[in-house]
Amino acid sequence: MEKRVVFRSAWLPYALLAPQIAITIIFFFWPAAQAFWFSFQVQDAFGISTEFVGLRNFAELFSDEHYLESFKTTAVFSLLVAGFGIAISLLLATMADRVLRGALAYKTLLIWPYAVAPAVAGVLFAFLFAPSIGIVTYVLRKAGYNWDWVLQGDQAMLLVVMAATWKQISYNFLFFLAGLQSVPRSLIEAAAIDGAGPARRFWTIVFPFLSPTTFFLLVVNIVYAFFDTFGVIDSTTQGGPAGATQIFKAGDLGGSSAQSVILMVIVIALTVAQFRFIERKVQY
Amino acid sequence: MVENRPWLTFVSHAVLIAGIAVIAFPLYITFVASTLSLEQILQVPMQLVPGDQLRENYSKALLAGAKGGAAAPVARMMLNSLIMALAIAFGKIAISLIASFAIVYFRFPLRNFFFWMIFVTLMLPVEVRIIPTYKVASDLGMLNSYAGLTLPLIASATATFLFRQFFLTIPEELAEASRIDGAGPMRFFVDVVLPLSRTSMAALFVIQFIYGWNQYLWPLLVTTEESMYTAVIGIKRMIVGGDALTEWNVVMATAMLALLPPALVVVLMQKWFVKGLVETEK
Repeated sequence: MEKRVVFRSAWLPYALLAPQIAITIIFFFWPAAQAFWFSFQVQDAFGISTEFVGLRNFAELFSDEHYLESFKTTAVFSLLVAGFGIAISLLLATMADRVLRGALAYKTLLIWPYAVAPAVAGVLFAFLFAPSIGIVTYVLRKAGYNWDWVLQGDQAMLLVVMAATWKQISYNFLFFLAGLQSVPRSLIEAAAIDGAGPARRFWTIVFPFLSPTTFFLLVVNIVYAFFDTFGVIDSTTQGGPAGATQIFKAGDLGGSSAQSVILMVIVIALTVAQFRFIERKVQY
Repeated sequence: MVENRPWLTFVSHAVLIAGIAVIAFPLYITFVASTLSLEQILQVPMQLVPGDQLRENYSKALLAGAKGGAAAPVARMMLNSLIMALAIAFGKIAISLIASFAIVYFRFPLRNFFFWMIFVTLMLPVEVRIIPTYKVASDLGMLNSYAGLTLPLIASATATFLFRQFFLTIPEELAEASRIDGAGPMRFFVDVVLPLSRTSMAALFVIQFIYGWNQYLWPLLVTTEESMYTAVIGIKRMIVGGDALTEWNVVMATAMLALLPPALVVVLMQKWFVKGLVETEK
């Protein structure tokens, strides 16, 4: 779609674009190019001389057990957060779509966690589940369960998954609610007249209508878990115990640039996948 | 609903209330902890009704900060957060407004090139290019400054796209009429486009304010001086490790202070928030 009526000026459009383009070049293209360039180099310990080493940084990364391990951790973490987040918010949205009384109040009370910073969410959960003073820890101990995420990797993982999911529910909830409200009423009424119960109607009509929303949320949640939750993890477990929740790894300039490049490739692949599927409209 | 099923309605309400209770529980505990003394918190189990230390904890957090770890007053950090959030929100809105106006209402050489240049940045969140961007910011001498905190986060393709989509829906007749009346492009922009974009601007403001306030990784790298910490970073710096060493009552008061402003923005501007969220992610 293009405008038929346009204005003419030799310099004005460039002047209007200048701030955005300047910032884009300085803080997007320049760093990205540098990352690309450094990823093929090795610096000596004092940062004085650099040497071109081709793909060695990448080869080293992929033979580094910790790095591969952190990939696996990230994948497990992302899938868990996306899965739990989507399931819980779909349940809540379906229920919120049903009720008439108090709908606005429910909605307001469900969306505020979106405003909580991931790092703050991490601190709240770290406090709730703190090994010695946490209130939830106390209840779990009473129930005979040995909770100590500071020592046990699985529990640390569970903790950050809970904090990240908690934070993500409100976002998913809003999208599902919008999706539910666009399902044609006539279809649901027709199904009801034909004798389909609420559960049957949900799985045969509503859920297929929500499939584009669900797929979109799946991608967004995985990307969120990939990047935004650094705050959650850093403020709670700092990657511990013994790297059980580690998803980032700092190192030398060449190595970290290589990591940046790998991340960029992953993000671009995810974005392209998202665009292709959204275009096709996953709907049955 | 299409039919009346009292038990199902009852179940719906029950599930919603249970969900809200579980979601609000961490916030409630945080609030209670922020009103207790440290001794009361360290008692296991902690009491579940608010105590009487509310004013002490909050004034201590705001004016002095926690002992141990970083002892910077939170009032200063909140000011930093506020400046950062407002600068990012207004800056993004301003530069994307004019950029998308140029792309939609002008024909000029390299127009598509610039458009794609902005489009590509959609794919590169800060986290991906964080280390090279940090290097650029430090080369430019931007560490520990508001410019360093905000400028790298200001450029974003999402806002430009939102405004572009919206400008395309403005009727052609308006531009035609303005041209017949002899208005130049900037006159048209100020008198017609800006007033029409108010809704989109409000929606975008809510999203970007929260985005700016909640930044973590970037301020963590760029600020090393306590006077430049944001509230979110401040909390992290107060936790010294070891449950008994941390002043949890002050930390929890700080957490409340750090999450209240964005939460209020979301709740009070709910309509714009929902609109902004659904539209920016389209």
